[in-house]
Amino acid sequence: MNVAVIESCGANFKSVLNALDRLNLNYKLTIDKTIIQQADVVLLPGVGSAGFAMNKLNNNGLTDVICQLKQPVLGICLGMQLLYEYSVEDNVPCLGIIPGRLNKFPDNMNLIIPHMGWNNLIFDVNHPLFADIKLNNDVYFVHSYYAPINEYTLASCNYGVDFTAIVNYANFYGMQFHPEKSSEVGAKLLANFFRLVK
Amino acid sequence: MLKKRIIPCLDVQNGKVVKGVQFRNHQVVGDIIELAKRYSDSGADELVFYDITASSDQRQVDKKWISDIARNINIPFCVAGGIRTLADAENVLANGADKISINSPALENPNLVTEFAKRFGSQCVVVGIDSYEHNGVYHVKQYTGDVNKTMLTKHTMQDWALIVYNLGAGEIVLNCMNQDGVRKGYDLVQCKIIAELVNIPVIASGGAGTLEHFYDVFSSTNVTGALAASVFHNNIIQIKELKTYLKAKGIAVRCD
Repeated sequence: MNVAVIESCGANFKSVLNALDRLNLNYKLTIDKTIIQQADVVLLPGVGSAGFAMNKLNNNGLTDVICQLKQPVLGICLGMQLLYEYSVEDNVPCLGIIPGRLNKFPDNMNLIIPHMGWNNLIFDVNHPLFADIKLNNDVYFVHSYYAPINEYTLASCNYGVDFTAIVNYANFYGMQFHPEKSSEVGAKLLANFFRLVK
Repeated sequence: MLKKRIIPCLDVQNGKVVKGVQFRNHQVVGDIIELAKRYSDSGADELVFYDITASSDQRQVDKKWISDIARNINIPFCVAGGIRTLADAENVLANGADKISINSPALENPNLVTEFAKRFGSQCVVVGIDSYEHNGVYHVKQYTGDVNKTMLTKHTMQDWALIVYNLGAGEIVLNCMNQDGVRKGYDLVQCKIIAELVNIPVIASGGAGTLEHFYDVFSSTNVTGALAASVFHNNIIQIKELKTYLKAKGIAVRCD
C-alpha cells in the first residue's frame, strides 16, 4: 500500500509519520500531484490556521487534485476542517467537499480555548472504523474551531457544544483529534482506516 | 467531557532522567525512553521533559532524545529547557514534540512568548513559572536548574501569570518550589489563585505524595492537570491506580 502524506499545511508532520512507521506503512511526504493521485491512500494532516493552509494548497495547485481523488483520503485536525466548505477562522472558503461551515467555540461559556486534551468519542453507528473501539474511548484534541454535526458525522464529541469528531463523505474521512497522539485508541482508529483500503 | 490530565515530569540531565529535592541534589532515576514508554503505556495523559541544566548553562537542549521519544510514544509531550529562539523552538517541534515550554528565557525576553505563539499557535507554547512563597508573597524565581545561579525576579506569581497569559501563552505549569519533592500535597491556595486568574489551562506542579493530593487539587481548584515526578519514578503511585481512584471519586479522567 502506498500512502501519500500531503506536505502542505503546517510544520509538524513528524508525529503522523511516526504513527505510519509504527503501522509499518510505506509513505511519501509530498506535494507532487502525480504521487498524490497515484497513491492508494492520501493523508492530509495539518496544524496551523485555515487561511494559511488553504493558501499553501492553492499555491501548490493541490485544491482540485484533492477534490477529485477517488481513493480513501483522511484529513487530520486542520486537515479535516479543510474538507468542509468554509471556515470562520480567517474567513476562508475551504475545499468544499463536505457540506458545512467551521465555527469557533463560543467565548461566552467560560470555556478554555483551545479545546485541548483528552475527550470522549460518541458514536452509535456500525462502521468498520470503529472495530475494537469502545463508546466513550478518549482521544486527544487540540483545536479552537469545530465542524457542526450533520448527516456525515460518524462520531461526535462535546465541549460546550456538540461537534463532529469523525466525519465520512464518500471516500473522504476526517478526524478532528490527533489519532497519532491518541495512544492505543488512536493507533487502532488509524489501523482501521487503512484496513478500509483493501 | 474534557478529562483532567495526569502528567509525569521527567527532569533530564546529561541524557538521563534525574530528580532532586527542592531543585537540588539530583540523582539519576532512569533512562529517558524506558521511562517515557512506561508512563505512556500505563495511562499518562502527557509527558513533560525538562532539560534542567540547559537554561542555566545557556545551552540548548540536545535533539536526539526528542526524536527518539516521538518515535517511541503516542501521547503528547512537551519539551522544556534552553529554548530561546524561533529556530530552537522550530527544531524541537520538528523533532516531534507537541509543545515547547519556556521559563527563564521568557523572563529574559517576555516577547518570546508572543513570537512563539504567533509562529506555532498558542497551544504549543507553555510557560513554566517557578514560584517561591515567602511571608505570604509568591515570588517568581529564575534559573532554578542550578542552585548557584537561581535568583529572585521582580515578579510575583500573579503578575507574571497575567503577563504571559496576555502575551499569548497557551498553558502555564506552576511549579510551587516550597512543595517540590517533599510530598506534602499541592499548594491548593496558590493553584486556586492562578487558575482563576487566567483563562488558559494551568498545570499544578510540586508536592504530590499521595492519591489524595491529586484528588484535592482537582476537586478544590480549577487546574486542568497535575504534574508529578518522584511519586511516579519511585513507584509510590501507579498511574493506573491513581486514575481508578480519581474516577471513583468523581473526577473525569481518561481510563481505557
